[in-house]
Amino acid sequence: MNAGLHVKNLSVTLGGNSILRNVSFDVKPGEVVGLIGANGAGKSTALRAVLGLAEPDFAEIAVNGTPVAGMSPRVRAKTLSYVPQGAPVHWPLTVERLVGLGRIPHLLPWQDMRAQDSAAIEHAMRATDCWRLRDRLATTLSGGERALVLLARTMAVGAPYMLADEPTASLDPYHQLQVMDIMRAEAARGIGVLLVIHDLSHALRYCDRLVLIHDGKVLASGAPDDVLTDENLETAFHVAVSRWQDGTGQFLAPHRTGGR
Amino acid sequence: MIRYLQKRPWSLNAALVLVILLMVIAASMVGEVSLAPGRVVRAFFGGADDAANIIVRELRLPRILIGLLAGAALGYSGAALQGLLRNPLADPGVIGVSATASLGAVIAIYLGLAALTPLAVPLSAMSGALAATLILMMLAARDASVLSLILAGIGISSLATAGIALVMNFAPTPMTLQDMILWMLGSLENRTVTDLMLAGPFILLGWAVMVGVGQGLNALSLGEDAARSLGVDIGRLRLRIVLGTALSVGATVSVCGAVGFVGLVVPHFVRALIGYEPRKLMLPSALMGAILMTLADMLTRPPIGHGQLRLGVVMAIIGAPVFLYIIYKTRESMR
Repeated sequence: MNAGLHVKNLSVTLGGNSILRNVSFDVKPGEVVGLIGANGAGKSTALRAVLGLAEPDFAEIAVNGTPVAGMSPRVRAKTLSYVPQGAPVHWPLTVERLVGLGRIPHLLPWQDMRAQDSAAIEHAMRATDCWRLRDRLATTLSGGERALVLLARTMAVGAPYMLADEPTASLDPYHQLQVMDIMRAEAARGIGVLLVIHDLSHALRYCDRLVLIHDGKVLASGAPDDVLTDENLETAFHVAVSRWQDGTGQFLAPHRTGGR
Repeated sequence: MIRYLQKRPWSLNAALVLVILLMVIAASMVGEVSLAPGRVVRAFFGGADDAANIIVRELRLPRILIGLLAGAALGYSGAALQGLLRNPLADPGVIGVSATASLGAVIAIYLGLAALTPLAVPLSAMSGALAATLILMMLAARDASVLSLILAGIGISSLATAGIALVMNFAPTPMTLQDMILWMLGSLENRTVTDLMLAGPFILLGWAVMVGVGQGLNALSLGEDAARSLGVDIGRLRLRIVLGTALSVGATVSVCGAVGFVGLVVPHFVRALIGYEPRKLMLPSALMGAILMTLADMLTRPPIGHGQLRLGVVMAIIGAPVFLYIIYKTRESMR
């Protein structure tokens, strides 16, 4: 069996503008794959197209050999979970209820939570260190707590593949590292993780493979060291980087080389 | 209390059903002729004296049933619409059907059709509501955003309100004008089984369209993208709630007049008891809407109320202060 999430020749046009052209990548179980690229390069659109939230012009997207286009919304929801970027919380629900929303694809319209749902919710909350917040109202959380709770909501789906759109955006350094550690822990459980990420050091240190998107096309993909070359970074981001290494691994710090 | 009820939502529903049963008995006792509770209960089963049997079974029960159905329709639609629009200020009137139903009614009154058949006014109101429903469905079916739906509702309402003003402007006699105004203030006076038969099916059809939307509304708490990623078909959800609300609220306004407010406030009452989860709000909102409507109707009737007191007025006078109190109490969590 062709294990993994395979995206082949993904092309998307939005409002008459070609956003993505023949983009291909894949995510294997237990792997963290980072989608990087400048703002507007089409990273979020790629995630949305895979999830069925944006209509591709053409794409062959399959999970373990099964095309997602043929899946019912419910089956697709159970297969691919999603952490939207800067997601809203519209009602002051308790954290436990909010995380519980992740179980919706598993429940019939009238059904209440079963034992396995409660177990999945508790696991997701403990893994994200949200268990202590379970009775708090989601609208009273700090930005960092909220990001973790929304991540727990996505993990509660229990899907084999998780797609996260900038899960570390607007988080303090501690919470950024915590979120990235959670992504690695999920991968260690066999989940395939695809995330849009801007922090190049995080991309280098936490991802197994990177896909660099530039102008709607894949500029480079492969191991982080091979993708984050000076030449690729100059082309995609118009930046140069300083690199160094300590006992914890490699770091990258960008600096500007010129205007666009 | 909130924690207790959140763990056991059925206990709130059971309590509300019990209150409704008591309200039906209480409301059957009140009117021009006051009846003792025992006589009322016997009359329900046709076992009382003839006078009581006729008063209860033919006059008061149909009126009470219409009130219960109408209140439940407004409460249920209000909860559904607030969930869909993710806005606690949404009232079933926001989609415009109440205004077009009112326009239909004042046109029928203007033309003097009520003299031909008592059903003329509600039928004309219903046509108004259905016209608005059609316009909304055309929009919703074209995948309009929630914002477009609200704006369309405002547009439809404004047009209908202008139409109402126009008709009133040309009212042939002051009596006609008075009839129009009184109709719009809402009433359940003299409603019969015929009115029940007219509105009931549309209200029930509206509910049937909305059955099972709760989970989608829960998912929408996270925004449209997250809800879709959870397998919710947002377009279908929107279509069902707009159609269901339009049918049940249109039918309600057609027989009761434009009784506002119930749909807006009732979900807030329920939230104060069991929290904000949209799915858990719907059934209790329907039950509480039924209670509020029956209570307000009781207060319009002698000997408690003056016979001329209108339902919409009573509703707002008792509802608004309670509403303000709840907003004051829950201001922290609404932030």
